[in-house]
Formats: sequence, C-alpha cells, structure tokens
Amino acid sequence: MGILEVKDVGKRFGGLQALGNVNLDVAENTVHAIIGPNGAGKSTLLNCLVGKLIPDTGSVMFDGQSVLGRTPYQINQMGISRVFQTPEIFGDLNVLENMMIPIFAKRDGAFRLHAIENMMDEKDIVEAAEKMLVDMNMADKRYMHAAAMSRGDKRRLEIGMCLAQEPRLLLLDEPTAGMARADTNNTIDLLKQIKDERDITIAIIEHDMHVVFSLAERITVLAQGTPLVEDTPDNIKGHPKVREAYLGEAA
Amino acid sequence: MFGLNKKDTSLLLIVAALVALAPIILNPFPEGSGMAQFNAGYPDLMQRFVIFGIFAIGFNILFGLTGYLSFGHAAFLGAGSYAGMWMMKLLSINVIPAIVFSVIIAGLISLAIGWISLRRSGIYFSILTLAFAQMAFALAASVLTPITGGETGLQTNLNDPRILPGFLGGGSSVDGNIPKPSLFGIEMTSSFEVPVAGWLWTFNWGYYICGIVMLIAFYIAIRIFRSPFGLMLKAVKSNQQRLNYTGLNTRPYMLACFVISGMYAGLAGGLMAAMDPQVGAERMQWTASGEVVLMTILGGVGTLIGPVLGAGLIKYFENIFSKINDNLLHQWFAFLPDGLEDLMVTIIHPFIGKGWHLTLGLMFMAIVIFLPGGLVEGGQRLRKMFGRKSEERAPKTTPAE
Ligand SMILES: Nc1ncnc2c1ncn2[C@@H]1O[C@H](COP(=O)(O)OP(=O)(O)O)[C@@H](O)[C@H]1O
Ligand SMILES: [Mg+2]
Repeated sequence: MGILEVKDVGKRFGGLQALGNVNLDVAENTVHAIIGPNGAGKSTLLNCLVGKLIPDTGSVMFDGQSVLGRTPYQINQMGISRVFQTPEIFGDLNVLENMMIPIFAKRDGAFRLHAIENMMDEKDIVEAAEKMLVDMNMADKRYMHAAAMSRGDKRRLEIGMCLAQEPRLLLLDEPTAGMARADTNNTIDLLKQIKDERDITIAIIEHDMHVVFSLAERITVLAQGTPLVEDTPDNIKGHPKVREAYLGEAA
Repeated sequence: MFGLNKKDTSLLLIVAALVALAPIILNPFPEGSGMAQFNAGYPDLMQRFVIFGIFAIGFNILFGLTGYLSFGHAAFLGAGSYAGMWMMKLLSINVIPAIVFSVIIAGLISLAIGWISLRRSGIYFSILTLAFAQMAFALAASVLTPITGGETGLQTNLNDPRILPGFLGGGSSVDGNIPKPSLFGIEMTSSFEVPVAGWLWTFNWGYYICGIVMLIAFYIAIRIFRSPFGLMLKAVKSNQQRLNYTGLNTRPYMLACFVISGMYAGLAGGLMAAMDPQVGAERMQWTASGEVVLMTILGGVGTLIGPVLGAGLIKYFENIFSKINDNLLHQWFAFLPDGLEDLMVTIIHPFIGKGWHLTLGLMFMAIVIFLPGGLVEGGQRLRKMFGRKSEERAPKTTPAE
C-alpha cells in the first residue's frame, strides 16, 4: 500500500480524453518518476492530485484519505507540497521572507490573524528559514529580491520552500524544463541530496527521461493519458513500448 | 521603541513632530502678506489633512499590500459619518461614542461588501466594490432617508434626545443652542491663537484630537506592515497561486484586510462628523472613492508615509489652488507690461480657481509616468542624488562588489 494511490482516474477536456484510466501507486520514502512525451497528460495527472483539477472518474487517496473535493491549500496542509513547471515564488519579496511563508503555514495552519507582532520577532520561524537557506546553499542571498535571481536559483528556492514544510509527499512538475545544462545538473544533484538526507516521498514528472534515470527508484511511463508500463529504471530503458512512445513523438 | 525597529520608530517620531508642529509649519507666510493665502495652517484644512490621511492609510493597507483596488471606499467613509452623527444625535455630543460606533458600523458594512466582492479579483473586484458604493450612495440619497436624511443629510438638532447625562455630553441643548461636538466639555472648534511677530498660529483642539488618532492609526498600520499577517498580504499580491499551494487560505486573509481597511475609512468618516456635525450622501459618491485612490498613488502605493503625503497634497490643492483668482494673478504679474500681463493671466487662468482639477490631473499624470513610486520615490531619488554626491567626495574604503 503506497502513500499515494491513484485509482482509475480519468479526465476529459471537451472531446479530448487527457487521462484515460490511470492507476498509480507511490510507495512511501521512494522516488517515483512519471515520464512521457509532450501532451501525455502528466501535468493533468499532477493537477488532479493537488486539487487544481477534479478528475471525472476514479479516486485519489493520500495516506488513506481522499484528496478529491479538497482545495489546494487543504491538500497542502495534508502534507503534499508542489513544485511548478515554471518556478512559482513570491517575486516581490526577499528570499528570507519567501522561506518564512511556508514555515508560518506549517506552524499556524491555513489562516491566523497575527497582525501586531513583528514577523522578525518570530525567532523559531526565522531560525528555521535561515537553516533551510543554508541547506539550500543560498544563505548569502537571503536579502535578495527573489524576482532578481536566476532561473536555477528560483527553482532551488521553490524546492526549499516546499521542503521547509516537511511535506510527506513532494510533487515536482518537470523541474528542469527550460533550464540550462548546468542548472539542470544542479537541480538533479539537489534532488539526489534531498532523497538521501530526508525521509520524504518524491513523485517527479519529467519529459526528458535521462534526467530521472539516476534519480528514480520506479518509473511509470505515460502515453496518451494511460500508463504504458511501470518498472525500475533499468528495465524501462530498453523497453520496446517506451521507445515506441518516444519515437512516435519524434516522428 | 514601541515594538518598532529604528527606522520605523524615527519615521513615526518625525510624523508625530510634523503633526504637532503643523499649525506653525503650515503657516510660513506672515499674516497680511501677499503669500498668506498659501498658508494651510488653519484648523479646518489641517483637520482635513489628517482625516484624509487616515482614510488613505487604511486604503493603502488594502491596495498597497494586496494589490486589490477598491473603488468603493467612500461608502465606508460615509457610513462612518452617518453612524457618528447618530451617536451624536441619540447618545451624546461627546465624540468618543461617535468615533467608536463609526468604526464598528464601517467594519460591519465592509464585512458584508468584502464577503461578496472578494469572490472576484482584479478588475472584477474593483467593479463590484464600485457597484456596491454606488448602490450605497443611491440608497442614502433616497430609500434610506429616515436614516440618512436623504438629500438634505443629517445634522445635529435642538430636539435630538442625547440621552446620556450632561457631564458625558448628553442633553438636547446647551443654553438654548445646539451643543457642539466635544470631548468631555472641550469643544472641537475651540482654539487658542498665538500671534508671533507677523504670524498667527492657531492651535485647535479638534485638529489635535484628529492628529492623535491619525498617529495611532499610522502606528497600527506600521505594525500591520511588519507583521506575519502583512507578509501574507504582500504574498497575496506577489503570487496568489504559490500562496494557495503553500497551504494558506487567501480568503480570510483578504477579508480581514478588507475589513481593517474599511474600519480605517469609517474612522475617518466618524472624525469628519465629529469635526463638522453634518453629513450628506455625496460623501459616498464615486468621486470620493476615486480621490483616495489618487491620494495613495500620488504619495506612493505600498509605502507607509506616501498615502498621508498624497492626502495632504490633494487637500492642499483643493483648498488653496482653488482660491487663486484672476485678480490675484493680475497682482502677481503687475510688474509685466500690460499686454504681457494679460497674456500670462489668460494662459494660467485654466489651471487655477475652478480649474484646479486640471492642475491636479496634469500633476497626477506626470507622477504616474515619471515617478511611478509617487512622492516617496521622488524623495528617495533626491536622497540618492545627494547621497551619491557625498559618496564621491568621500574616499572609498571598500571596493564595490
Ligand atoms: N485546461 C485544459 N483544457 C483543455 N485541454 C487541456 C487542458 N490542460 C491540458 N489539456 C490537454 O490535455 C493534454 C495533456 O496535457 P498535459 O497534461 O499538459 O500534458 P503533459 O504535461 O504531459 O505535456 C494535452 O493535449 C493538452 O492540450
Ligand atoms: Mg506538462
């Protein structure tokens, strides 16, 4: 029994069956990759997990509880954090403030009217944020305007913000899409380090299968809205169906 | 000090000093001199400066922090005024119940309007607030006449009950006259005048009460800006999607912010009624809602002091520029040859008197285009210019990174 169980999930956009009949089981404390060509339905699937979309059919269970019908902030409070395809951070705020927000959300829940205290007097929050910035190797950037950072640093910050919540499940949607080679390698190394150092389940969606081979323990291949195969990276590599799916896209 | 950091404390102290010394600072020209009409240090106008300062500070808590642009804040201002008037009619002429009640009523009304308007964001939110405010204006002018006095508005009367005992400001009349709004016997209109050489300084009770209330309002705004709550509001403006996916429910944050902002408007409305006990529906009109937007943008959206500066500037223009007339222009340009004098007067004529809106509009455009951060950005640029000059003179000790 996995921490995340997706059963018979289907999603239709008008005439397009974006997801057919998806079954997926993500085991606790593993890295599970979902790969597939463009338009396979990877983002749609992820959006069904975090409350952005409600699937037409099927069920999504996280740690024995259904996530369907819950809003994104409720699902996050259950312990699922999400990294977006293009980094979503608070561009107008500085890096430290960015890091403090998820820690406030973890400590105080979805809403708390603490309007009179000075936020910098919240020592436990500031300390936790500083520590995460050190872990993310960006302590020197703490007073930097977040919007002014490089794409790679924004991604690093976003991942740090998710980790700061100590989620049980971290979802990543093509975390290296549109990144330069060096930034891609940095991000992969960071994810490997996270996997080694923390008790966390990671589900990562990726278009470029080479990115995840060294990272994932299990890989599900999605094509045209349905899972083709699920196996270990080594078995996936030479699988004829996988080649077919990717070659079909190239042609 | 006061739980603020050094920078904020000095800002608060500077503002406090300016408020305290305003009757002197705003009267730089001796009585009777040609420039005396540019003096702004008279009670009426100074009261308006600080009252609209409060209005703009509150508006900025909503607009500056969250980016939600309300076009209906005059409704809360007006509601506050009506509520305050009723307290002064029914309960007591003392301004304290009036001010407290105006804040409560404005808070309740903004809770209802915010509840609905905050279902949308962006332009739709703005339009919803505008629609509600126009509805409130129309209701106040017609259907709600028993409460608002309709087109004639509300005033204090000789036959108002004012049920509290006399020492608390009760009683229908005092010596056969309508009692004037007061604070435990001190009338808001009472002043003492200090003539110094050619100058005349007027220290007015009403102004100082408004000033103290504004300082408290300003202080609370600073605390909100620096609080975790304020951080969340800034996060709403910056990236609402990220906030939702970080486990935070934006709706109660926005609603709380909207209500706080509405209560500031109600406070301003209550003070207006307390300074001048009459109110009409026009106080709720959309032009009044627009004015506070202008004040905030002129001064600097999202800055602490900007809205107060913007409010002061607009009220100064409204009251001083509007009083310049052609006769005065002729006096000023009398040194020119006659033809040239007339030409100058003709050129300037559209910008003064009733034309002050034109001047204000041009100034607004110039600021939005060249100084999008408002007066505060202007100040910062000046500071930088001087800062750079002094830096050039000083020998550099550390190389730039
Ligand atoms: N909101 C939407 N409305 C209509 N069609 C959509 C929507 N989102 C995705 N699709 C379609 O669903 C299919 C799967 O998209 P997506 O999940 O984004 O694929 P992937 O992330 O694997 O590249 C695509 O054909 C896409 O055009
Ligand atoms: Mg995608």
